[in-house]
Amino acid sequence: MEILIPVLILLATAVICAVLLTVASIFFAVKENEKFAPIRECLPGANCGACGYSGCDSYAKALAEGEETNPSLCIPGGDGTAKNVAAILGVEAADVVERVAYVACNGACRPEEKKYIYTGPKTCHAANMSFSGDRFCIYACLGYGDCMKACPRGAIEINENGVADINPTKCIGCGICVDVCPNGLIHLIKDTERVVVKCNSRKKGADVRKYCSNGCIACGKCVKNCPEGAITLVDNLAVIDYDKCTGCGTCKDVCPVGCIHEGCFLCGSHFE
Amino acid sequence: MEYLKQLTLILMAGVLVNNYVLQKFLGICPFLGVSKKFNQAFGMGIAVTFVMLVATAVTYPLYFYLLVPNKLEYLETILFILVIAALVQFVEIVLKKFIPALHAALGVYLPLITTNCAVLGVTLNNITDGYNFLESMISSLGVGIGFLLAMVLFAGVRSRIENCPAPECMKGLPVTLVAASIVSLAFLGFSGVFETLLA
Repeated sequence: MEILIPVLILLATAVICAVLLTVASIFFAVKENEKFAPIRECLPGANCGACGYSGCDSYAKALAEGEETNPSLCIPGGDGTAKNVAAILGVEAADVVERVAYVACNGACRPEEKKYIYTGPKTCHAANMSFSGDRFCIYACLGYGDCMKACPRGAIEINENGVADINPTKCIGCGICVDVCPNGLIHLIKDTERVVVKCNSRKKGADVRKYCSNGCIACGKCVKNCPEGAITLVDNLAVIDYDKCTGCGTCKDVCPVGCIHEGCFLCGSHFE
Repeated sequence: MEYLKQLTLILMAGVLVNNYVLQKFLGICPFLGVSKKFNQAFGMGIAVTFVMLVATAVTYPLYFYLLVPNKLEYLETILFILVIAALVQFVEIVLKKFIPALHAALGVYLPLITTNCAVLGVTLNNITDGYNFLESMISSLGVGIGFLLAMVLFAGVRSRIENCPAPECMKGLPVTLVAASIVSLAFLGFSGVFETLLA
């Protein structure tokens, strides 16, 4: 009989706890907006922050509670997600502007040679703090892969030139890498834009020539030859105004160093 | 005045000398699991401190008014596990309803703490050490702060390790464990400090 008392005490405690928890979960239940769950289902769950919210959960919450009215902010999800979300909310979906990131560096600044031997932490951010990195060009991609680590989709690799290479079919256009790059080399372009300047050097042409065979030397040929007048030189670097650019590719043909790239590398539905 | 001094000693002993993570090796699971980022480590530390205080406040009376009169002291472990687990769930529900901001900050960590050995350890040790209720609470607070300190310190250490080229065989958990042992060794330096102060 002695064993009964401890058993009963434990049992009683367990029952009291169970009742307490059950009662609490009924009385203190928090009503979740009934639209939240279906909207959250539609979103891809990458938590990339491209919509401007801290994650899919908070975007879904803002939509469900009516704080956010635009259902087309999810760039990774694209048009499909926007339509599904809009259907739940009962509104019209606008087209999602799909974007993709590219690295504005070709890495031809003598990739096999370094300015000095860098032995610090293997991150671009740290390397950039000592004399703007070990590359001869201070604007170059440092190739330690901060963007690669930050990419939620594993779309970035470091190529043989020691430059980050973004796979446009994997890139979801979230823009996390844009903020991570200490040199500001990564830019987002819309899916309709087809010509990019793959250089970020603000040095004078003669200086660029010393170490890079592939950098913008600010010769101005593209500026003169562009039929739309869409290119200007800003700080010794060709800059394309995408409002005017028609993607004709003339600039690519006249560029003597080949730092302007053209291609349909953004066409197709690369988000699938 | 003498009593206040004793309470301070109990508090500081919990933080430094008897640091649960680094000296008693309790609560290693969250210590290794949630110490990757400073913010998370801090949130976890605060949550553990909070749960330790609440757990002590509940288990202490249970022990002395339920178990001791029935001569069932040997039930303390299983009863405490039961009560703490239920309590943490209850606190989570209440927080979600009444203080959503705090729930958003601590909510993720609360389920992790339901059967945390550091929480159970502090409630059991308070009784073994013969503390009264006030001393128990102070001791829990100290241990909680000690846990927070260990988490925050180790989050800093880990962020440095992440950027260092560890040998292939040491990458990940092995190098983290080695780092933890070195941090633990550093805390060994605190042992005997209070004995010297008191003498």
